[in-house]
Amino acid sequence: MEVLLAIKGKDFILTAADRTSARSIVVMKQGEDKSRALNKNILMLYSGEAGDTVQFAEYIQRNIQLYGIKNGVPLSTSAAASFTRKELATSLRSRNPYHVNVIIAGTDPKTALPELYWLDYLAASVKLNFAAHGHASYFTLSTMDRYWREGLSLEEAKSLLNKCIAELKVRYIANLPEFTVKVVDKDGIREIDL
Amino acid sequence: MARRYDSRTTIFSPEGRLYQVEYAMEAISHAGTALGILAKDGIVLAAEKKVTSKLLEQTVQQEKIYQLNDQMCTAVAGITADANTLINYSRIQAQQYLMTYNEPIPVEQLVQRLCDLKQGYTQYGGLRPFGVSFLYAGWDEHYGFQLYHSDPSGNYSGWKATCIGANVSNAQSILKQDYKEEFTVKEAKSLAVKVLHKTMDSTTLGSEKLEFATLHVGSGGKIVYHPYKPEEIEALLKAEGVLNAQTEPVGQ
Repeated sequence: MEVLLAIKGKDFILTAADRTSARSIVVMKQGEDKSRALNKNILMLYSGEAGDTVQFAEYIQRNIQLYGIKNGVPLSTSAAASFTRKELATSLRSRNPYHVNVIIAGTDPKTALPELYWLDYLAASVKLNFAAHGHASYFTLSTMDRYWREGLSLEEAKSLLNKCIAELKVRYIANLPEFTVKVVDKDGIREIDL
Repeated sequence: MARRYDSRTTIFSPEGRLYQVEYAMEAISHAGTALGILAKDGIVLAAEKKVTSKLLEQTVQQEKIYQLNDQMCTAVAGITADANTLINYSRIQAQQYLMTYNEPIPVEQLVQRLCDLKQGYTQYGGLRPFGVSFLYAGWDEHYGFQLYHSDPSGNYSGWKATCIGANVSNAQSILKQDYKEEFTVKEAKSLAVKVLHKTMDSTTLGSEKLEFATLHVGSGGKIVYHPYKPEEIEALLKAEGVLNAQTEPVGQ
């Protein structure tokens, strides 16, 4: 029932995640932020088994921050995605694997090159222009496929995201009143209103 | 008295020294010279092979300069057998990093990993330290071309031009005198030849006594590791005008 969306723009990535914390069919809480900043310019959105998600996200977050402290240079987006993929692959083959799906969005602070990676709990990793996890992908990928193009401005990406969310509100059975929307660009990660 | 502190590698002497580590460094100062010179567009590594016998088969081309991964190579001075284990170790480390992060390991990180291993042997008991010094030449996207030196104690440092093995002080002073920041690979090569020519024991300089390799930017911006074949070394020596007339070129 969770929704993770991300759209690559000219020099940024626009991400959205629902704010619902649910258990079985019961909504326990609104206002949950389903993302962690891996470093200044990389954001990870996560969904999946409650408990696993935060544990895994913070494990990855701290390891990537440790890398930055140890080596004096931050990890690139692609390296962070590869590292996360490797951790998921190792976990998958262990006695109790993490059941976590993630989207990794990062923009290189020097070149302003945005990169978007989609990873699932089976440790598949794909570099994409737009991404969605879970049921939401059935409703939004077609919209993003129709309207996404190279070099979207922030306003254009926001309007595309609005279209996707409108689609979810019309067609999706789950009640999703709130979304956390963030932008990852060369200056860092910031939350915005749609 | 000193003997009491020699037998164990990990015990300080009363003067606060680790004798086994110092002896390991001493062993290196008798090995063939190896030198590295950093240029704008690449790095030159050169090494002196100690030829023990005329009868020795010279088919093994490189015995002192090795490739570690696509953008790093190393020159060795000291016990070759020890070097082999360490080179094997660093190649594995480089590939493991590539597997985890899907990008080549930054030069300093690989040097650091190897030095962590070397340091361990100066602290944990029962084993002797590795009797090798390395010169690492490498390229990464953070700092471009880099030249590092590491010794048996596990210390490492970055250099513009440096040298290890026998006759270090002589070679260092020539390097210090003649090195220029704006060197190209070509100029660095001729300085390397000059240094080896002046510091090697033997009067004859030939491909059977030398090893040469460069790491430079090739066509399309790719980093190329170029180990010199005997013919190429002869040609280089000839071009630098130091080829001794008495030595016959290999293969003729």
